[in-house]
Amino acid sequence: MKDLFSRSLQTTIIFLIVGGILALAFGGFFNPFSSRFTGGLVSVQYWFAVRYQAIQQFLSAPRDIISLRTRNAELESQISQLQTQVIDLQQRVSQTEILAALVDFSRANPESSYKAASVIGRDPSPFLHYIIINRGSNDGILRGMPVVTNQGLVGRIDAVIADAARVQLVTDPASTVNVHLKNANTDAVLLGSVTGDISLDMISQDATVQGGDLILTSGLGGGYPPDLIVGQVINVRKLDYQLFQQATVQSAVDFTRLDIVLVITNFRAVDITPLIPTPAP
Amino acid sequence: MRNIVAIPLLALAVILQSTIVSQFSLLAGYADLILVILAAWALQKGVTTAIQWAFLASIMVSVLSHMSWMVPLVGYMGVVLLAALLQNRVWQAPLLAMFTVTFLGTLFMHLLSFLYLSFLGDPLPFATSLGLITLPSLLLNLLLSIPMYGLMRDLAGWVFPVREEA
Repeated sequence: MKDLFSRSLQTTIIFLIVGGILALAFGGFFNPFSSRFTGGLVSVQYWFAVRYQAIQQFLSAPRDIISLRTRNAELESQISQLQTQVIDLQQRVSQTEILAALVDFSRANPESSYKAASVIGRDPSPFLHYIIINRGSNDGILRGMPVVTNQGLVGRIDAVIADAARVQLVTDPASTVNVHLKNANTDAVLLGSVTGDISLDMISQDATVQGGDLILTSGLGGGYPPDLIVGQVINVRKLDYQLFQQATVQSAVDFTRLDIVLVITNFRAVDITPLIPTPAP
Repeated sequence: MRNIVAIPLLALAVILQSTIVSQFSLLAGYADLILVILAAWALQKGVTTAIQWAFLASIMVSVLSHMSWMVPLVGYMGVVLLAALLQNRVWQAPLLAMFTVTFLGTLFMHLLSFLYLSFLGDPLPFATSLGLITLPSLLLNLLLSIPMYGLMRDLAGWVFPVREEA
């Protein structure tokens, strides 16, 4: 009876101690100790798991190195083929985007009729800014027709043969385009240069021109149709002792990346040279 | 008869000049592949047809370029004549002769272009043209002249095979 009482007492005491420990643990009193303990356990478990996985992979991997190398070569070959396909598709996407932009441009300007042409070359001389396109008189291209992209004015046809034509860019040093500054509501002349930069001259001193002003063709002189976008004014040079203001221009067209252009085929340039009075001798 | 290779070769050179070489610009200048080919050809031993090559090349360039046919004709003739002049004098240093002809030929060609366009009234500032077009073109031509000289030497060996004496 006495033994039974002492065992019950021991059991009760043990339960109380365990219960007390659990209560203290749940109460957060053992956190510093338990976190160190569990952290150590996790580290050891991780160490064993990593080594086990490495050994398992080593044992379960195929032993045939030659077949692995063959497979690797096949996959590399496939990758190179796919990369070639990707490049080809990217080129097609790029060309499709250009064509889509040109179609949008022609739809937005239905008053003109267009003939698309690819740029196939440039003038061999670095002093001149001309491009060669793959449309000629067989496609109805005539000298003087304006050439544009969806971004803006490119130039005009300078010479034509049966299946090709040469286009004088507006950046050519001999190029002059009569333009209209929309915001300032004044006319000016756009000049090319040997470096490919374009600038404005003959801006009236009375006009208030600011950077960012939009430049459109004016149609004066009959060389180009009106309202084709040319570019934007970057900065203006106004000197009181000069007759006119000058301005540097950011072209709307990136002339270094001309791939496809549109020729406006329903415009006939007017040669007004005979009408220009010559000074009497 | 093998001289007829000039026609496809120069045609290919003009096409390459218009489509590819003119895209690789340094500042506003780019190399003149035809000039370098003519200079390299004219410097080869045994070559007697350099003048004809220059004439043919100037006609081909005139078809593509807005520049008057006189400029490439006089320019390329000048280059091959200069090469012929130097061929016998610096024969022991062919690459030196090639560099000299390319250097002087490029300057001569650009001077002709500059004078012609200035005569027509195009606004061409001399300093800008020299700094942004001529000097970069000169550098590119000199770089191109080394591989071109080797290629034209091989071609000359094919067109004018050396006859071994019995």
